[in-house]
Amino acid sequence: MPRRLLLALAGAAIVAGPTCAAPKVYTVTLQQMAFGPVPSGLRVGDTVEWVNNDIFLHSATAKDKSFDVELKPKTRVRMVLKRAGTFAFFCRYHPGMTSRLVVAR
Amino acid sequence: MLKVLGFAAALALAAPLAVQAQTSGINDAQIAHIAYTAGAIDVAAGKQALAKSQNKSVRDFAQEMVRDHTAVNEQAVALVKKLHVTPQDNPTSQALSKDAAAKLKAHAALKGPAFDRAYLANEVAFHKTVNGALSKTLIPNAKNAELKSLLQTGLKLFTDHQAHAEQLVASYR
Repeated sequence: MPRRLLLALAGAAIVAGPTCAAPKVYTVTLQQMAFGPVPSGLRVGDTVEWVNNDIFLHSATAKDKSFDVELKPKTRVRMVLKRAGTFAFFCRYHPGMTSRLVVAR
Repeated sequence: MLKVLGFAAALALAAPLAVQAQTSGINDAQIAHIAYTAGAIDVAAGKQALAKSQNKSVRDFAQEMVRDHTAVNEQAVALVKKLHVTPQDNPTSQALSKDAAAKLKAHAALKGPAFDRAYLANEVAFHKTVNGALSKTLIPNAKNAELKSLLQTGLKLFTDHQAHAEQLVASYR
């Protein structure tokens, strides 16, 4: 690719602004039979890393079935946010564990 | 029939009464023994259900009981080793074990939906009993902080198990 074109593209990327913000990784920690706080500012394309610090097998399962992540004890699993919206979720094994993700476009 | 009901009622009362009577002077070694015994009882009941039940929801629940209670008991064993505490047998553990043995025997004679319903109903009752013991006696009397913390996690777990069992009783088909 010609050098001038490369430089022009790089410049365009820099001035493009928030719509081109790099996807982020956000952590939700499970401990003592509860989902920890869900970070705010989640956007489509970001990643949620579920960290199960508990000794129990848990899941993060969306009520609308849009995601269902199995979380073995002492493991972490990543999930890319593909859709905007508010997603109520729970643990399939321990239905008392509930929370929600709010994902912006 | 009335005699059988009376006996069953007496059995159902035995464990909580035994816990109440033992409130004064209960020590960490006895508390650890009771907690471990309760977990082991539910693992055994879960294994019986896995051997007998054909119902997916019941089997999934039983699988969860075996998995979760094994995990807590492994944690409990590691903790008592670390604290150099030898779990001490006591009237509450004995009452729980006696009742559990009678239930396993009674359920062994059942099959199909009759077994499923009996298993689930007993899981609700058993978890209620243990939750009561945990919150009123075991947690308040536990002296060691790590033991207390494990029991508190156990209470959250048992409470969730109770709710799950109640949902299954209500929705069983």
